[in-house]
Amino acid sequence: MSAPADKVKKDAVEMVNIEVDGISMEVPRNSMIIEATDKAGIDVPRFCYHRKLSIAANCRMCLVDVEKAPKPLPACATPVMDGMKVYTQSRRAIDAQHGVMEFLLINHPLDCPICDQGGECELQDLAMGYGRSVSRFTERKRVVKDKNAGPLIQTDMTRCIHCTRCVRFLEEIAGTSEMGGSGRGDNLEIGTCIERSIDSELSGNIIDLCPVGALTNKPFRYSARSWEMRSHRSVAAHDGVGSSLHYHTRRGDIMRAVPAESEMTNETWLSDRDRYSHFGLYSKDRVMAPRIKLDGQWRDVSWEQGVSATAEALGAAREAHGGEQIGFLMSPSCTSEEYYLAAKLARALECENIDYRLREIDFSDHAVRQQYAVFEKKIGEIEHCDAILLVGSNIRHEAPILGHRVRKAWQSGAQISAVNPLNWNFHFDLESAVICAPQQWVSELAKVAKSIENDGRASIPDELKALIPGGEPGAEHQSIAKQLKESEHGLVICGQAAMAHPSASALRQLARWIAKSTGCALNLLPHGANTTGAAHFGALPGEAGLDVRAMLDQARKTYVLWGIEPDFDIANPALAQAALDAADTVIAVASHATPQLESVADVILPLAPIAESDGSFENLDGTTLSFSAAGKVRGEARPGWKILRRIGAVIDAQGFSQVNIAEVQAEMAGEEDRKPGADDSWPKFNKPRSAKGLHRVGETPMYGVDALCRRSDALQATAHADSGFVGLNPKDGKDLGLAHGDKTAVDQGGEAIELEVRLSEEVPQGAAWLRSSTCVSRALGDSFGSINISAGGGAG
Amino acid sequence: MNTVVRYFKSLMLLELFAGLSVTMRYFFRPKFTIRYPEEKTPKSNRFRGLHALRRYPNGEERCIACKLCEAVCPALAITIESTQRDDGTRRTTRYDIDLFKCIYCGFCEESCPVDSIVETGFLEYHMENASERIVDKQQLLAIGDRFEAQIAADREQDAAYR
Repeated sequence: MSAPADKVKKDAVEMVNIEVDGISMEVPRNSMIIEATDKAGIDVPRFCYHRKLSIAANCRMCLVDVEKAPKPLPACATPVMDGMKVYTQSRRAIDAQHGVMEFLLINHPLDCPICDQGGECELQDLAMGYGRSVSRFTERKRVVKDKNAGPLIQTDMTRCIHCTRCVRFLEEIAGTSEMGGSGRGDNLEIGTCIERSIDSELSGNIIDLCPVGALTNKPFRYSARSWEMRSHRSVAAHDGVGSSLHYHTRRGDIMRAVPAESEMTNETWLSDRDRYSHFGLYSKDRVMAPRIKLDGQWRDVSWEQGVSATAEALGAAREAHGGEQIGFLMSPSCTSEEYYLAAKLARALECENIDYRLREIDFSDHAVRQQYAVFEKKIGEIEHCDAILLVGSNIRHEAPILGHRVRKAWQSGAQISAVNPLNWNFHFDLESAVICAPQQWVSELAKVAKSIENDGRASIPDELKALIPGGEPGAEHQSIAKQLKESEHGLVICGQAAMAHPSASALRQLARWIAKSTGCALNLLPHGANTTGAAHFGALPGEAGLDVRAMLDQARKTYVLWGIEPDFDIANPALAQAALDAADTVIAVASHATPQLESVADVILPLAPIAESDGSFENLDGTTLSFSAAGKVRGEARPGWKILRRIGAVIDAQGFSQVNIAEVQAEMAGEEDRKPGADDSWPKFNKPRSAKGLHRVGETPMYGVDALCRRSDALQATAHADSGFVGLNPKDGKDLGLAHGDKTAVDQGGEAIELEVRLSEEVPQGAAWLRSSTCVSRALGDSFGSINISAGGGAG
Repeated sequence: MNTVVRYFKSLMLLELFAGLSVTMRYFFRPKFTIRYPEEKTPKSNRFRGLHALRRYPNGEERCIACKLCEAVCPALAITIESTQRDDGTRRTTRYDIDLFKCIYCGFCEESCPVDSIVETGFLEYHMENASERIVDKQQLLAIGDRFEAQIAADREQDAAYR
C-alpha cells in the first residue's frame, strides 16, 4: 500500500494558494512559478530552465507579470507565495518576453537553413511566437570560434545563447565539469575549459539539452531533418538498465537515437554507448543472406537451404555423438524470446550445454542459482542508499545510468567505498578504497568480512572461512565494514570485473555474506543487457550440462554461436579459438561477420539486430521491456525468434509452431521462473589459486561490449576506446626495467603480442591493466588470468 | 406573304455569302497561330517550366541541403540526401526530382532560402524512357548552367515584386 506513504509526503510539504492567469491552484511552498505553470499546462517560454538541472535564471525568457512586483519576474527562479497572482499573458509579460527574444536574436545567426537544429530548435520555435518579423539590428554580429569537443559532439558556438544547460549538466549530472564559461558580457564564451574533448560517458545528453544548434550530434550531422524522420520507441541493448530510447528512422534506416523518458530507468538521459552504437548497424561486414561454406568457399543460399543445413548439422551431431556434444553459446544481450526458444531447441536436441555468461570463467557457485539474477535494490532506489560498496565495478562504464544513480546517492550524502582492481576515475569521491591486484582481491574482500565478524554480530559460515587470510584487517577494511553496518539503506554492488574474475564465486559469496550480515542489499551487475531474461528463460546449463568454460575446455563437436564474436565476446579468446577450430561444425547466427567468424564457421545465418527486430528484455529490476522493430531489416536478416522457430520446426521438435511473436510471448508468460527462490546455503567453490607474478586486469572497455559498439566509428574514435597498451604500476615497471612508452611483449601462454607500456599509479602492484574485447587482446587468454610481460633492457 | 418572300430570298443564297464574308474577314486579319517551333509566343518571367539548380558566380552550388523544398513539395516529387562535405559545409549527395510527380506549383522555388532550386522558362523537354523522368543533381545543375543567363534575368525582373 502506497497511500499512507503518499499522505505522509503530502503532509510534510506545505501547500500555498496562488492564482495564475485567473486560475487558482494549490502548489507546494518554495516551488517555483514555472513548476506550477508546467503542471497546469500553461505555456511559459524558457531556455535555461530544465527540471533535472539547477536553476540559473540567466536566459530571462520566462519573465512573467506578478501582481505588486515592480518588474516582470523570472518564473523559473521566483518561489511561489501565498496569495500570489501571476499573469503570463499580460501586456507587461508579453512585452518583456518580446524584448528578451529581440536581444537573444541580436547575436544569434539567422541561418536556420544550414543549422542542424533547424526544425527542432527551441529558439526557432519561440522566435515564431515572440520574435519580430524583421530585425532592427544592423550592427556587426558576434562570432565565436568553434571548440573541438571530440568525435561525438559538434560545436557551433556562434549559435550559443548562454543558457548554460550544458555547463550545469556536466557539472551536476555527469560530474566532470568539462565545460564552462569564460569572459563577460558580450565576450562570454561557453567552451571546453582546456581545449579538451568532452569525455563523459553521458556527454551526448548536452545535445538534447542545448536549446539551439550550438551542440549537435556529430556523426549524424547534416544527414536528416527532424520532420522527415519517424520515431520508434525501443530499448537500449548494451547494459542491463534497459534505457528507453527513440530511434529516428528515415525510409527505414536508423538515423539517430534520442532518450525517451522513463523515470525508473534512465530518467531523461541516455548514455553515449546507447546513443551512438547504432552507427555500427550498417557497417560493411553486415551479413545480408544465409551463407554456407562449401569447399572453403562461402556461398549465399536461400533461407530454406540455410535452415535445412543447420538442422541437418544439428541432427547429425546428435545422431553421431549425442546431444551432449553440442554447445550453445549465446550473447548475453539477446531477447528473452531467443533465450526461451534456444533453450527449448537445445533440450529438444537432448543438449544441456547452453550458456550466456561468456565473459565469466568461474561458475562453482552455480548450484546457488539465484546468484545470477540478484538485484535487490531497484535501479530507481539506488539514489536513496546511504552506503554503497563497489566490488570490482567501474560502474560508470559498466552501466553509465547506474553510475549516475550512485553519484546521486553520493550527492545526497551516501558514503561510497570500493574494493577494485584499478583506481578507476569515478564521478564521486570514495570514502574508503582498497585497490589491489586481482590475485589479492578475494583476501582483501575477506578482510572486510573479517572486520564485520570481529564486531561480533555475525559469524562467517564455515564454507567461507577458508578464504579469510591471516592477519588483522586494515583501517580501510574496517571503515568499509563500519559504513555498511551503520547504514540504513546499504548496498553492495558486485560489478563486471568481479564477475569475470577466476574466483568470481568466492567474491560473489563474500559480497553476499557481507551484504547479509550488515543488512545491506546485494546487486550483481553481470555483462550483457538481458542477463535477467536469460536466467529466467533457462539459457543456463542444465543438471548434466556444461557451462561456457567447460564447453570450451572440453571441446564439443558442434557449436552454435548466437549473436557473438568469439574472439571478442568470450573471456578467453585463445581457448575459444582452439575449441572452435577443433569442432566439426560451427553454426553462427550473427548480424555481422568478422574474418575470424568466417574462418571458424560452417554456416552463417543473418540475425536481425535488436533495433530491427521485435522482442523483449528483462532489465536488472526484472521489469519486462517490450519493443518492436525500429529500422527496416537489411538483406535477408530475420529476428532470432523466427530463425529458432524455423530450425525447431525443421528438426520436428515439439512446440515450434508459433506464428507470431505474441504467441511466443504468451507461451513464455506461462513459463515458470527458473530462478529458484531464496536459498540460504553456501556453495563450495574453487579456492583462489595462490598466484605469483602479474595478473591481468582485463576489463571490458565501455565501447567494446558488443559487435555493434565495436563497429560504431564515432565511439571507437573516443578516448575510451584506447586499448593498445598495458598499464603497470611504476614499481612493477621498475622491476621489469620498463619505462613509460616502451614496447614490450606480452603473452598468456599463447602467442605474444607487442604493446606499449604505460606506468600509472592507478594500477596496483602485481596487476597488469590490459583491456579485453579489443583487437589487440584477441590472441590472449583469460581476461583476469596471470600474464607474462617480458622484461625490458633496464631490468635489474 | 412572309412565307413567299422567305422562299425567294432563299434562292439568292444570302446565308452562304454572309458566312463566306466572315471567312474572308478572318482571311485577311493577322493570324493567332504561330509557326512553332520556328516562332514562339512570349512567356512570363514567372513561367514555371523545367527545374534547375543554380550556382553562385564563383561556380559553387547554391543548394545547402536545408530540405525545405522537399518538405514543402505537395506531390512528394523531391528526394534529398545530405551530408557534410569535406570542407565542413552542408551539401546534398542526392537531389532527385520526379518530373511525372511534379505538378509545377513552384513551391520549391518559393521555399528556397538561397534561390537554388528554380523553375526555368524552358518547357520543351521530353523523355523516351519512363526512367528518365527522374532528374538527378548533376542534370539539374547542368540545366542551371545552361539557362543561367535567362534564369538570372527573370529573377531580376521579378525582384521588385518580392
